[in-house]
Amino acid sequence: MMNIVVLAKLVPDLVEELTIDASGAALDLTFARWIINELFDDHAIEQGILLKERSGGTVTVIAPDLEGADDVLFTAAAKGADRLIKVRSDFSAANNHAVARAFSAIIKGFQPDLILTGVQAHNDLDGSAGPLLAESLGLPYVGYVSGVALADGKFMVKKEYPGGLIAEMEVTLPAVFGIQAAEQPPRYVAVSKVRQAMKTSSIEEMDASDLDLSGAPEIERMFQPEAAAHAEMLEGTPEEVSAKLVALFKELGVL
Amino acid sequence: MSQDIYVVIEHLRGQVADISYTMLAAARELSRATSGKVIAVLLGHNAKNLARDFAADQVLYLDHASLAEFTSDAYQKALAELISKDQPRAVLFGNTSIGADVASVLSMRLGLPLVNSCRSFTSEAKFISQICGGKIMAEGELPSPTALVTMVPGGYQPDQGKSVESPPVTESAVPALEALRVTLSKYIEPESADVDISKEPLLIAVGRGIQNKDNIELADALAQAIGGVVCASRPVIDQGWLPTSRLVGKSGKHVKPKIYFAMGISGAPEHVEAITQSDTIIAVNTDPRAPIFNVAKYGVEMDIFELVETLTETVKQAK
Repeated sequence: MMNIVVLAKLVPDLVEELTIDASGAALDLTFARWIINELFDDHAIEQGILLKERSGGTVTVIAPDLEGADDVLFTAAAKGADRLIKVRSDFSAANNHAVARAFSAIIKGFQPDLILTGVQAHNDLDGSAGPLLAESLGLPYVGYVSGVALADGKFMVKKEYPGGLIAEMEVTLPAVFGIQAAEQPPRYVAVSKVRQAMKTSSIEEMDASDLDLSGAPEIERMFQPEAAAHAEMLEGTPEEVSAKLVALFKELGVL
Repeated sequence: MSQDIYVVIEHLRGQVADISYTMLAAARELSRATSGKVIAVLLGHNAKNLARDFAADQVLYLDHASLAEFTSDAYQKALAELISKDQPRAVLFGNTSIGADVASVLSMRLGLPLVNSCRSFTSEAKFISQICGGKIMAEGELPSPTALVTMVPGGYQPDQGKSVESPPVTESAVPALEALRVTLSKYIEPESADVDISKEPLLIAVGRGIQNKDNIELADALAQAIGGVVCASRPVIDQGWLPTSRLVGKSGKHVKPKIYFAMGISGAPEHVEAITQSDTIIAVNTDPRAPIFNVAKYGVEMDIFELVETLTETVKQAK
């Protein structure tokens, strides 16, 4: 019976316009919409549930108490997570070093066999949470993982390299893996199932110890990159734009 | 304590990765500001000859059978010892499948500050990191005493990190690498593909904006009409809508077509680094602030579904 813990991080939604605050050195998060770190942590949850279905065990999903956390946790429950935990602290200004230390103190108590999280997030200014968490727990770490199996008391993981090359790594238990992609696309759950999960499952709340922010660089200023160039925009109706594109294709010698 | 800049060289199966040269170029700029030397750190086994074209003042070579190919545990142990002993001003790692497995762990283990996703350094030794999918840059002083830094491509040309003269190589002590918790079992070759997108002259690329699997047909129809091949960014591949062999990006293929026609791709740095060798990039996106428009030569601010069928018809008529 494998005891699997998944750390689900929340990040500001990049679809919203990003603004820099009055200090000039941080994002203005007053109106940020916090969503799950979707390209990666969604996959980490999926990988955890796939492993449970295949090898047995329990999946605990743990998330920082930011707006949107309940939604992330109940969605995970609807997918098959067994235990939901929300960690209370002021995480909106926390860095990954602080998150890793705070979560390791709590996760240690669960005595997990396996901890999964997304391999990276777009706001990782001081390193990614997975390896920082692994080292706080004194456990081995492998990132860019796209497959996990348990065999003969060891993990066999698939680690991705550029160009589609994969390394199969053997890792002792317990371990922390940074998930690049689950073995299958994250399953879809209907809103009705999430609503049902809200009624049948509950979220445990735990307090984080004081956040220790050391290990991150100080930011003096943030700015939006000035593009060296910007695309020449083709305007008009779909028909007009299509005609312009076809003319361009001809000019470039592909038509 | 020194002012030297260490660069942890990345290599796989006897091939030095481009990011290593990019980092040597970055280290050169940073070393001017700190008045230190550029030191390449090469971990391997019978791999000394990999160092012959490094633009470095010196190469520290750590040879051990357990360092023949990259594994996180062995690299962490070897580098932890080296960094604590030498205390360089900064250590550069790739923000890659290799460097990212090591840098954060060492930051926690050695209590040293870490700067992630650095793209370039200023002449005053400040770092400039790229975050939020390339939409925000963050600048600050290089932290002390030893800054661990992970680097993304784009700020320096790999050629700047190469030299025709071979640098002096010094063997450096390797600690006992015992009871390793992570070991390489084997490599699995990329799945064989029907087409090699890195060699195709005309690519129709789809991103998250394509929304669902059925819509891939729309891109296919356009590709067929114009004589191109469909490829995709990471979110599309992760959904299983196209095979991994069609992945363009950091973990997929780098491409260099005559035309790269990007539909519904925002242009995250992991994608952009793989398409900059294209002759002409044309992008269609509903978001006028999408970073893809900063690398595209031509852009269309439009919903791809409003455009793609009309465009396919227009292409057919033009033939």
